[in-house]
Amino acid sequence: HGPYQPREPGYGLHQPGHSPYDDQIPDPESRMLAIQNAKAYLLKSSTTSGLNLYDHLANMLTKILDEQPTNAVDIIENISKDVKWAQFQKKMDTLRDEHEILPTFEAAEKRKALFLKANGEGDEELEEEIGETPLPNVMETAFYFEQAGVGLSKDESYHIFLALKKLISVQPIQTCRFWGKILGLEMNYIIAEVQYHEGEEEEETEEEEVIEEGGKRRGEVEDEDEEKEKEDEPPKSTYKPPPVIPKEENGTGANKYVYFVCNEPGKPWVKLPPVTPAQIVCARKIKKFFTGRLDAPVVSFPPFPGNEANYLRAQIARISAEEEGDEEEEGGGGRDTYEENPDFQPLSVVEMVDSLSTWVHHIQNILKQGRCVWLNPFQKSEEEEEDEDEEEKAEEPDELQQEIGPPLLTPLSEDEGIQNIPAWTAQPSTNLIPQYAVAILQSNRWPGAYAFASGRKFDNIYFGWGHKYSPENHTPALPPPVQAEYPSGPEITETRDPTLEEELAFKAAKEEALAAAEEEDDEEDVEDDEEEEEDD
Amino acid sequence: MEAALLPAALELAAGGGAGLSPEKRAVLGASLLLLQRDYRFERVWFWGCIQGVRGAYYIAEGLGPDRAAPRSRLYSLNCVEWSLLPPATEEMVAQAEQLKGRFQGDPSFEYEHIEINAEDAERLFEDGKEPTIKEEARLVATIEQIDRAVGIIPRGAFVKTPLGSVHENRSFEGLSLTEAKKLSSYFHFTEPFNLKNKTLLEKADLDPSTDFLDSLEHDIPQGSWTVQLEKGDTVVVLRSLLWLGLTFYHVPMTKQYGYVYFGTGEKNFDLPFML
Repeated sequence: HGPYQPREPGYGLHQPGHSPYDDQIPDPESRMLAIQNAKAYLLKSSTTSGLNLYDHLANMLTKILDEQPTNAVDIIENISKDVKWAQFQKKMDTLRDEHEILPTFEAAEKRKALFLKANGEGDEELEEEIGETPLPNVMETAFYFEQAGVGLSKDESYHIFLALKKLISVQPIQTCRFWGKILGLEMNYIIAEVQYHEGEEEEETEEEEVIEEGGKRRGEVEDEDEEKEKEDEPPKSTYKPPPVIPKEENGTGANKYVYFVCNEPGKPWVKLPPVTPAQIVCARKIKKFFTGRLDAPVVSFPPFPGNEANYLRAQIARISAEEEGDEEEEGGGGRDTYEENPDFQPLSVVEMVDSLSTWVHHIQNILKQGRCVWLNPFQKSEEEEEDEDEEEKAEEPDELQQEIGPPLLTPLSEDEGIQNIPAWTAQPSTNLIPQYAVAILQSNRWPGAYAFASGRKFDNIYFGWGHKYSPENHTPALPPPVQAEYPSGPEITETRDPTLEEELAFKAAKEEALAAAEEEDDEEDVEDDEEEEEDD
Repeated sequence: MEAALLPAALELAAGGGAGLSPEKRAVLGASLLLLQRDYRFERVWFWGCIQGVRGAYYIAEGLGPDRAAPRSRLYSLNCVEWSLLPPATEEMVAQAEQLKGRFQGDPSFEYEHIEINAEDAERLFEDGKEPTIKEEARLVATIEQIDRAVGIIPRGAFVKTPLGSVHENRSFEGLSLTEAKKLSSYFHFTEPFNLKNKTLLEKADLDPSTDFLDSLEHDIPQGSWTVQLEKGDTVVVLRSLLWLGLTFYHVPMTKQYGYVYFGTGEKNFDLPFML
């Protein structure tokens, strides 16, 4: 066995006369020397990292003995890496890192703000709150839906509860309901359905009128400019856009409720604008995900008249109209309103689940036109009749047939299904404890819409992406046919330019004609002169 | 999601409004344990729930020592009694892709009028039967498709041993907040497709023990995953837009993660129009 190099095992342990594989080095002095050499080697600091193996092994073994992981030998490399990593963290520069302000902290601040009572609340206000309040009992509703397996986590429900309370304290609200949650790509929407006190909404309409008047004035100015420019204008288009169907008044039909949305409880509530029939009609034809930002444009074909806030409002209107189901209550008034029936006898859960006729719609259906109450768009005002030419009259489309939707309290059993799937699925929440079961309805047309009924309590909710279910794939509308070109006629047909010979011939003919005319004139003049001479 | 962590996990994944009733939650705690005992699984995952028109299917998966091996799948109509599903075959998956519409809720329901190519049709007609497919087979195929397409795990959660088997990584401490917001930190927990197509430069950066799966970055179409922070920015929730109803949650800097499916079991073919 030759002299060992420093890297080979056995270095330092080899004593002349003894085999390096002898565990026992009999001579105690040389053993001590061997141990010291070995330890010195282990204590040598690394040139690259400044650590030394002895300390590292000591730390590692300490960590393992402290934590006592199972099968430590399998993860020894990771433990070693962790110990080294921890070493580097200790070496702090004199410059200390600023405490990282994680976005989580800001979000937590906002949520905490929900839990603080508003300033200046005294005992009087507390009494008011305990009395009649428009705040819905979100936790109670969440409990019933939870029996069906539907709902958000309890934390989130409670946050929404407090956020609704904040909304009510800010706006003059008569009734309020947690409508549901619509998921989006970047953020989600939490939606509250609200009815104002009567008379509180006039501010909005005044603003709209001011805007309209401003628009009219601008229109008049434009007309004047056009009149100055009357030259040869291209043929006027005979296309008359279909008349814009006016939206329903706030408080009626599709705009019966006002909706507020927020992205997360704790963020401020934003009011959604009222919905117009054009938006509903267009929303029926497109299918787009919501991004979570209300001002995002909706890029689609047919082009949606509005941005995401309008699209959201239109989808909410469609879902509410088709999906709000209630237990059967006797309606009091006519078709527009219904009243609670004080003598209502709650039906048993079994009955509610067995037949869908015990459930009715309590929100008016939206007609094809996009309104709840049909409006004939072709009723002309007097001004329009004066302006019309006869030509335009001839090209009017046929009169629209009056659209009639189902009356207000129609039972759900009359809802059309899709292919062979019924529109609704009814189930009791539990088969094991029928005495306390809750009747649950799931919608198959709008997946995510649920309704529950238990005794006298009932409610609706929506959790989903905001789209209708269709077993067929979505086919976007085709672009309209190419606009017909104007019929060829002499006014607009280009004539061929005359060739040089034709021009010369025409010129020659013209000169002849002129010459002939001059001769005649000359003859006449001569005759006149002769006459004059004769007269003289 | 891990059966043992079911209650906490359901709270974290409930942002989409779907969950389980207290009754189901309670019974699952017990019945999944019994499944583990009866089938000798090492891990039991509660996969989720497929809503049929008349009833719902609750699905559980059992894993053996190699977590990447084909999993055993079981279904139940009431979360109490579970039945083992047959393993999925390519033929089943191909047939099930033709079917459209909701699940009925009855496992023995037979779908008719499937279009299959001429050869298969001749073979079947010789037997004297019309081509039908049972709902059970459709269920198997759908679960397989969903797992293959959108079953995901965070990067580093699983580690591949030199022998080829896959285990949980005991040193996984969770993704950091910045990592958790990136799609490249999540992998499809299935046979990788794109791994071999990476350039040599990219492959050099990969760690073969943890980066042996496809990441979500290159999923087609781009944007088919939504990444959101919920519950005051403490939970990262990924939702698939291709299979609406699949929710993946992860609490950054902790070991909690999992995915669950609550939906109708239909692929969202309209996805390109909706983005």
